[in-house]
Amino acid sequence: MKISEVPQDDIKMLQGERKALYAVDEQGRYAQTTTRGWEVEEIVLHQVIHDFEEQAGKAAVRVRHHETSPIEYFMHKSWMDPLTLAQAMGLYRWQVKRHFKPGVFKKLKDKTLMEYARIFRVSVDALRHFHGED
Amino acid sequence: MTLKPLEHRQYAHCESGVVTALLKRHGLDLSEPMVFGITGGLTFAYLPLIKITGMPIISYRMFPGAIIKGAVKHLDARFRTKRYREKGEALAELTNLIDSGEIVGLQTSVYWLPYFPPEMRFQFNAHNLIVYGREGNEFLISDPVFEHPVRINAEDLQNARFARGTLAPKGFIYYPVRVNRDIDLHKAIRKAVKRTVHMMLHAPVPFIGVKGIHYMARKIKRLPVREDLRYTRLLLAHIVRMQEEIGTGGGGFRFMYAAFLQEAGDLLGIVPMGEASRMMTEAGNLWRQFALACARACKSKTADVNVGEIAQRLQKCAAQERLVYTTLRSLNL
Repeated sequence: MKISEVPQDDIKMLQGERKALYAVDEQGRYAQTTTRGWEVEEIVLHQVIHDFEEQAGKAAVRVRHHETSPIEYFMHKSWMDPLTLAQAMGLYRWQVKRHFKPGVFKKLKDKTLMEYARIFRVSVDALRHFHGED
Repeated sequence: MTLKPLEHRQYAHCESGVVTALLKRHGLDLSEPMVFGITGGLTFAYLPLIKITGMPIISYRMFPGAIIKGAVKHLDARFRTKRYREKGEALAELTNLIDSGEIVGLQTSVYWLPYFPPEMRFQFNAHNLIVYGREGNEFLISDPVFEHPVRINAEDLQNARFARGTLAPKGFIYYPVRVNRDIDLHKAIRKAVKRTVHMMLHAPVPFIGVKGIHYMARKIKRLPVREDLRYTRLLLAHIVRMQEEIGTGGGGFRFMYAAFLQEAGDLLGIVPMGEASRMMTEAGNLWRQFALACARACKSKTADVNVGEIAQRLQKCAAQERLVYTTLRSLNL
């Protein structure tokens, strides 16, 4: 890739930041240069984020119908799957899945809820009182 | 020995950037591609059994920490490294080191770094950065993939250093204590190229090196487009993300390695290495065409994803890379 061919697509995900990379000049010599992003990066990232958001939307409906707990909603919102969340919490996956049950969720200890809230970067209140308003 | 003050510079990749900057401070002034090449940073691996958020691990570079280990082994640099059980101890030691004028590298989780653009803050636990100072509760950070220095408060930094999960950093801290400035670069380069060529051509398992690229092509060819379009798109998106995301240097590190081959060829006076560099640039270009094809498949509103064609593009990458490595092998370095 030549320096003149380095994409400068101004993608939103970079928020104006530029990334460094190596490309060749007109003489074929490598030099460090910068990019404002490539559209391709944004397409594939949004594919992944869109999927998580869709899962979160579905989970919100199930929270409304008392079929799952806010844990599942915020998990998707934080772009995690049950295994990743379990590892981040230092729990087993089956424990996290159990916490998806509304009955189990209501009885969770404050300490566990606080840790979930920390991982999700929301307040404990926001976690406890989420009723499925997506 | 007098240490040079740290000047923030932007690099293409986090780990090679941190190691390059730390070595520079200790008087060994190498380019980032040189550090990447000599420490043996390049690879290809498709690990179907280890999953991150339901996706196989796909890596275009060696596992996190390999460049630091490579600097110890192949650049004769001695590092002090430490992981912690106690968060408090980690923070106290960091504070002491920084206040006494040390400049250190840390392994962190991107999820907890507030200065990253929000859409990039996934659970990725192996991001490297440099801490070079402190003002009250804030640490001064030179993050090699950012244009400018940044700051982070102690609480966020603690979260980032002690994120749990795959590749958990466990507070990993590292900094050089002795760097050999008179290292025999010629010898180090020859050995490094041989090692990389050997791994890419003769890895004993089918999912590493050139064979690994073919392996991934077969996986793509067999994707259940009709039955599971969602998974098909997610896997293609995942592959390209690993190839292009911040910190990869673009083209899945192939351009960085081509830059290394060019610089090495000049230094050693071996003209055919320049030819290998041009071939590697072409491999990088092919990888980008492959990425473009994957992105088109993600974007298309219909289910007419031609995985056979995408797989073919990938096989071209594999063939081109084989050409690079066989050329390098024939040089008898």
